[in-house]
Amino acid sequence: MSDCLTLRFTVPADDFTRAGEASSSTKATLKQLGLPADIIRRVAIVMYEGEINMVIHANGGEITVEICPDQIVMVLKDTGPGIPDIQQAMQAGWSTASGAARDLGFGAGMGLPNMKKCADSLDIESTVGVGTTVTAVVRL
Amino acid sequence: MLIRDIQALLGAALLCGESRLDDEVTSGFGADLMSDVLAFTDSDTLLLTGLCNLQTIRTADMLDISHIVFVRGKCPDDAMLQLARERGICVLATHYTMFKSCGLLFSAGLRGGGRDE
Repeated sequence: MSDCLTLRFTVPADDFTRAGEASSSTKATLKQLGLPADIIRRVAIVMYEGEINMVIHANGGEITVEICPDQIVMVLKDTGPGIPDIQQAMQAGWSTASGAARDLGFGAGMGLPNMKKCADSLDIESTVGVGTTVTAVVRL
Repeated sequence: MLIRDIQALLGAALLCGESRLDDEVTSGFGADLMSDVLAFTDSDTLLLTGLCNLQTIRTADMLDISHIVFVRGKCPDDAMLQLARERGICVLATHYTMFKSCGLLFSAGLRGGGRDE
């Protein structure tokens, strides 16, 4: 039997009012498990930024969170438009977000750089027209 | 600085979180951009913002921010206040502008809570 706990979420498309529910639920689970506050905070920031990105750019998607004794792995998978230039997307301030996203206080081009800063590792696989999978790891 | 002193300085209305009026905060961060709040703030910081939607409350929740002041007369709706109550977040609202609110609090001894290095 695996020592890991797996959480799965479906992020609805274009529903800004529900954006963040998966992150909020994950944060509550991590708190229940008694993990250190700084770890919970880093996971929450990475996942929330990723979840917002899915709603803004990719018509939602699927998030899997694997909570293991030595690390927490978040896999955020969407079938959106893909990222043509990942290096450019990682630059602070670069954004292709819509006006609706900006009205909500996002789309400043800080999401991916902030995810990278908070995670111990961040891997982005993306194919234009197929989708994007972001894998973020926070080590315990 | 106590939340009740902040409320008095800003002439702010308490919208929820009465039990937190005697909480103490030592720093504040003012922004309308939640991307920047996520990237630059620490926990236990007072968040001052003019952005008034559900994501403001969610952003605070993600960061363990327990006190929010809405500036420029912004008034959160029932769904926002309900989420804030569920998360134990204290919400104040003032008619003062962001600049004036931050200036008053800074003059009274509250310091910047963001990472600006």
